[in-house]
Amino acid sequence: MADDREAAPRPGPRALDDDRPAPRPGAVGPAPGLAAVGKPLRKVDVRGKVTGETRFADDYTMPGALHMKLVRSTVPHARLLSVDASAALAVKGVRCVLTGKDFPIAYGLMPVSQDEHPLCNDKVRFVGDPVAAVVAADELTAQEAAALVRVEYEPLQTIATPQEALATADPRIHDYGDAPNVHKLVAFDFGDVPAALAGADQVFEDRFFYQGNTHLPIEQHAALAWVDPDGRLTVVSSTQVAHYVHKALARALALPPARIRVIAPPQGGGFGGKTDPFNHEIVVAKAALVTGRPVKVALSREEVFLCHRGRHPTLMRMRTGVKDGRIVGHSVETVLDGGAYGSYGVASVHYTGALETVTYRMDRYRFRGCRTFTNKPPCGPKRGHGTPQPRFGLEVHLDKICEKLGVDPAEWRIRNAVPPDTVVANWMRVRTTGLVACLEAVVKASGWRERRGRLGRGRGLGIAASSYMTGAGISITFGDLPHTGVQLLLDRGGGVTAFCGASDVGQGSDNVLALIVAEVLGVEVGDVKVVTGDTSLGPVDLGSYSSRVTIMMGNAAIQAAERARDRLAAAAAAKLEVPASRLCFAGGRVFDVEDPARGLTFAEAVQRAEAQAGTVGTVGSYSPPTPTPRYKGGGVGPSPTYSYSAAVVEVEADEATGELSVEKIWVAHDIGRALNPVAARGQVVGSVYMGLSEALMEEQEFRRLPPKLSRALVHQAPSMLEYKSLTFHEMPEVETILVEEPDAMGPYGAKEVGQGPLLPIPPALANAVHDALGVRVDEVPITPHKVLAALAAPDRRYGPAAFPDVPWPEPLLVPPPWEGGDGKATNDRKRERRLPGAKP
Amino acid sequence: MMRLPRFRYLAPASLLEAVKVLGDLGPEALPLAGGTDLVPNMKRRQQTPANLVGLRGVAELRAVSGDAARGLTLGAMTRLAEVERGAVAAGWPALARAAATVATPAIRNTATLGGNLCLDTRCSYYDQTEEWRRSIGYCMKREGETCWVAPGSDRCWAVSSSDTAPVLCALGAEVTLRSRGGERRIPAADLFADDGIRHLTRRPDELLTAVHLPPVEPGQRTVYLKLRRRGSFDFPVLGVAGRVRLSAGGTVESARIFLGAVGSRPQEARAAADFLVGRRLGDEETVREASRLATQIAKPMQNTDLTLGWRKGVAREYAARALRELGS
Ligand SMILES: Cc1cc2nc3c(=O)[nH]c(=O)nc-3n(C[C@H](O)[C@H](O)[C@H](O)COP(=O)(O)OP(=O)(O)OC[C@H]3O[C@@H](n4cnc5c(N)ncnc54)[C@H](O)[C@@H]3O)c2cc1C
Ligand code: SF4
Repeated sequence: MADDREAAPRPGPRALDDDRPAPRPGAVGPAPGLAAVGKPLRKVDVRGKVTGETRFADDYTMPGALHMKLVRSTVPHARLLSVDASAALAVKGVRCVLTGKDFPIAYGLMPVSQDEHPLCNDKVRFVGDPVAAVVAADELTAQEAAALVRVEYEPLQTIATPQEALATADPRIHDYGDAPNVHKLVAFDFGDVPAALAGADQVFEDRFFYQGNTHLPIEQHAALAWVDPDGRLTVVSSTQVAHYVHKALARALALPPARIRVIAPPQGGGFGGKTDPFNHEIVVAKAALVTGRPVKVALSREEVFLCHRGRHPTLMRMRTGVKDGRIVGHSVETVLDGGAYGSYGVASVHYTGALETVTYRMDRYRFRGCRTFTNKPPCGPKRGHGTPQPRFGLEVHLDKICEKLGVDPAEWRIRNAVPPDTVVANWMRVRTTGLVACLEAVVKASGWRERRGRLGRGRGLGIAASSYMTGAGISITFGDLPHTGVQLLLDRGGGVTAFCGASDVGQGSDNVLALIVAEVLGVEVGDVKVVTGDTSLGPVDLGSYSSRVTIMMGNAAIQAAERARDRLAAAAAAKLEVPASRLCFAGGRVFDVEDPARGLTFAEAVQRAEAQAGTVGTVGSYSPPTPTPRYKGGGVGPSPTYSYSAAVVEVEADEATGELSVEKIWVAHDIGRALNPVAARGQVVGSVYMGLSEALMEEQEFRRLPPKLSRALVHQAPSMLEYKSLTFHEMPEVETILVEEPDAMGPYGAKEVGQGPLLPIPPALANAVHDALGVRVDEVPITPHKVLAALAAPDRRYGPAAFPDVPWPEPLLVPPPWEGGDGKATNDRKRERRLPGAKP
Repeated sequence: MMRLPRFRYLAPASLLEAVKVLGDLGPEALPLAGGTDLVPNMKRRQQTPANLVGLRGVAELRAVSGDAARGLTLGAMTRLAEVERGAVAAGWPALARAAATVATPAIRNTATLGGNLCLDTRCSYYDQTEEWRRSIGYCMKREGETCWVAPGSDRCWAVSSSDTAPVLCALGAEVTLRSRGGERRIPAADLFADDGIRHLTRRPDELLTAVHLPPVEPGQRTVYLKLRRRGSFDFPVLGVAGRVRLSAGGTVESARIFLGAVGSRPQEARAAADFLVGRRLGDEETVREASRLATQIAKPMQNTDLTLGWRKGVAREYAARALRELGS
């Protein structure tokens, strides 16, 4: 089969006899004459969105569908004694009530944290934990009957904060974890940091707090489940990762995976809030199995706040030793408030340290991370997953250091930027980096050098920079299997259908898929139909998170499309009697580059290929390169390549009230190559919006009643109105600069853009507030009362006063590359035993 | 999603019919105007009237008459989007501004002036779903015993959060209430009671039919300054409403100041108003003292957005800004 031949050079309409060596997928050249890549073309799915014809999960229904409501715990922490559904079952129209007894099998996103039950069976762990599900003929009846379910609890002590979690050995929220009520502890020493600090000219220490916040997608979660006459279960759900839901359904319901189909329609936003498999998805499937009827569940906005999996509230302590203006040692400690379940938490805690090293040179690095359990909705991945918190800390910390050193913080960053092709202290491999270009771009655009410190009291400029992964190097759940696959089907009319498991959360991944296939095959983007987000109709894709879809699905799409192109080229060559190497694919034609009139239409080429060797269907897949870190825990952080961002924020601060008004933001993002510059800018501005909203006001905060009167611990404001996020009014003008230095890892050189530009915004704002008023708010969000409190404080600072005592384990000792390491820990005996040939 | 509870919907076609059904049903019914307050409250089961009396078909409630010289009468069903503009904006700019700061443009196209005055009092322990309130054992305002804002207290401290209410009080406006038995016209300020639960003096069988703005006097200045988290969407955490009459020379001849969102009813700052009479607003010392006096009466509690300490701390500054605006 032609499919198996070596991939031909690419990209795009270039003669195949190009004698340059065949580049790896993603290699870039000057890329002359690209037809679709880099053009501001309309996104393939945008008409349906604008006209309202796109069908989101909640738009799906079926004749005879029943409706489900979850009965949720009203107590934060308790043993579940009994669930009495008799009153609910007596209501006319109620079809069944499910309880924890129907779900004996635990599930969870990460293999190491299988700690959730679709409905609680022995304990409840937060207000909102589901204990029963009522299925009825209509939604109102289900809702009314749900209120009649009687649940008996034996209350347990409420654990509300990480400090309480660390101090409470009993009761435990879970019976697993690295310490009582501590989910995970991690500790790494990349070189001897205390020694480095001892030898430094100056040592700086800061404590920071980053409040938790939630994703706030406009689309609320909804799912519809039904069972085919042949027993096959189908679930339509607003999920970012159809394949994780598929896996969780198979596990928790003990069903053969081959009999389950999960469909993820386009989503109205996810931002990480729809990457976990959720209890309602499993319970609604069970309800369909039990009743034999389609069953629908649509969560209310309040319930979305309870699903959460958002940003972890994080306390941080940073210590940095500086010698001759450079960092000789840097230490980060983080304590995360994980909420009631594991979720992605093991990864989240690693991420609060993993990317600390990839922006500025540091000789040695030390990281300690702790994730606690508390009786609150579980935290998980939100845009930037675990990295906005330490990024906020680091960039504000550096601003203070630069102030003390008397150097311009922009210059310092430029001088100390990690150079390209570097393996950094914790063994992450940096390939291309646009960090310096980004910094220079925002410095220039904002008039930084001329304007900073000269805007008068109450107005200020702040700068920060950051980096993010372009896809994770290691898969959480699928071991060594490819992270994605793309399948193409070419039809006799010249149409191309691209199948992939990826789901479009609004970020534009469907568009990327169509665009890349069209580019390689030389057809119009509109001639490519994409079929995505369906576990039965496309190969596995790990989903829309981790900024991974463009790079992974994109490279797989290139591979699949090139294989198709090869088949067409072979057939067209025979028909046209020119060597395949002289054929060009462009403008919907396949033609001889030396005699362009001599050619076939694309449809004719497909027909010739079919006549020659049967139906034209090809596949492509992608696995990231083997990560450089070889120590345990080093699987979190490696990426095929990193994106870089920088931002300058201009703020107007009201000294009398502490109120802030952000006047303008300049942001530059190293995207490698913008496959669609308009869509890319949209992602940048969206990230800036979210970062600024977190920086100014968002808080997933909880309310406790006087402990003498009540154990209650409830979400303070589970509503769109009272959970404060930016409106148009507060959103400033954003000047976006795309820095394009193509990276060999990305399709056509592209890196991520969906998350990175969020990261510099909160610290840039904090630094701008300092420039405006001379105060430091070492916390996010920076609310008016904190600004006023800082103005009134003797040290002109508002922020955490203390950092808790944490029982840190013995650290893994991993010498940095320049201290003779090989990426492994020198003291991981357990691991060494497993490594062949390792000495005891 | 959250579903409305079951209820009966009545759609009277005239004012007479409307007050008749209200009279028949009494506390079993609530009037429904734009529904932007009542409907979400019903979804959260804060209010669960068995009957809704829809006012949409009552043409009399939309009537607007009068002018700046004679005073203006606005039917209770006048939408806030209309109050923002036209005659109100020209003669009583503070009222137009208050209306324009309510919620969002989409809501103001539906929300009415009458509904804004009769808006339920708000509290962050109360404006929550049924499940949420069950999780805290409810509170005194509905189904519970304790007030979580002030656990020792025997009253509810839910907050009067209407933007137009303090302005209408400051303007000295009046309202007409009509029942089957007849009509009464009372000062707007008398519509409100200092209690988070029984916050209106309106009887259940009464309909608010009209709001009467007094004639615009020469030298009249009005102001409304709203403090809230964001520039749109949010309820006030402080509203400063003022009306003064200035002499030709700029001396204050009369003054009325009301604060919104710092108590269960609009709070009159009488001492501040009295202090201003005979003084000039251009004088910074006067402004500072008046704003101190004005905010003395504010009783903010920890049951709205933003921290209590901050709201207390900036109240005076905001009052001063409002007074400066009156004088400028
Ligand atoms: C997101 C959001 C933001 C909001 N922000 C603000 C804000 O910033 N400021 C603000 O003031 N309000 C705000 N509101 C509340 C509300 O929208 C307004 O107060 C609006 O003016 C209410 O008018 P309505 O016609 O919709 O009243 P409805 O909801 O129809 O009625 C409100 C109450 O008044 C009673 N009522 C209505 N008309 C009459 C009548 N003629 N006679 C007797 N009783 C009557 C009803 O029975 C009900 O109890 C907000 C609401 C939402 C949903
Ligand atoms: S003030 Fe007290 S009684 Fe009133 S609504 Fe709030 S918590 Fe309930």
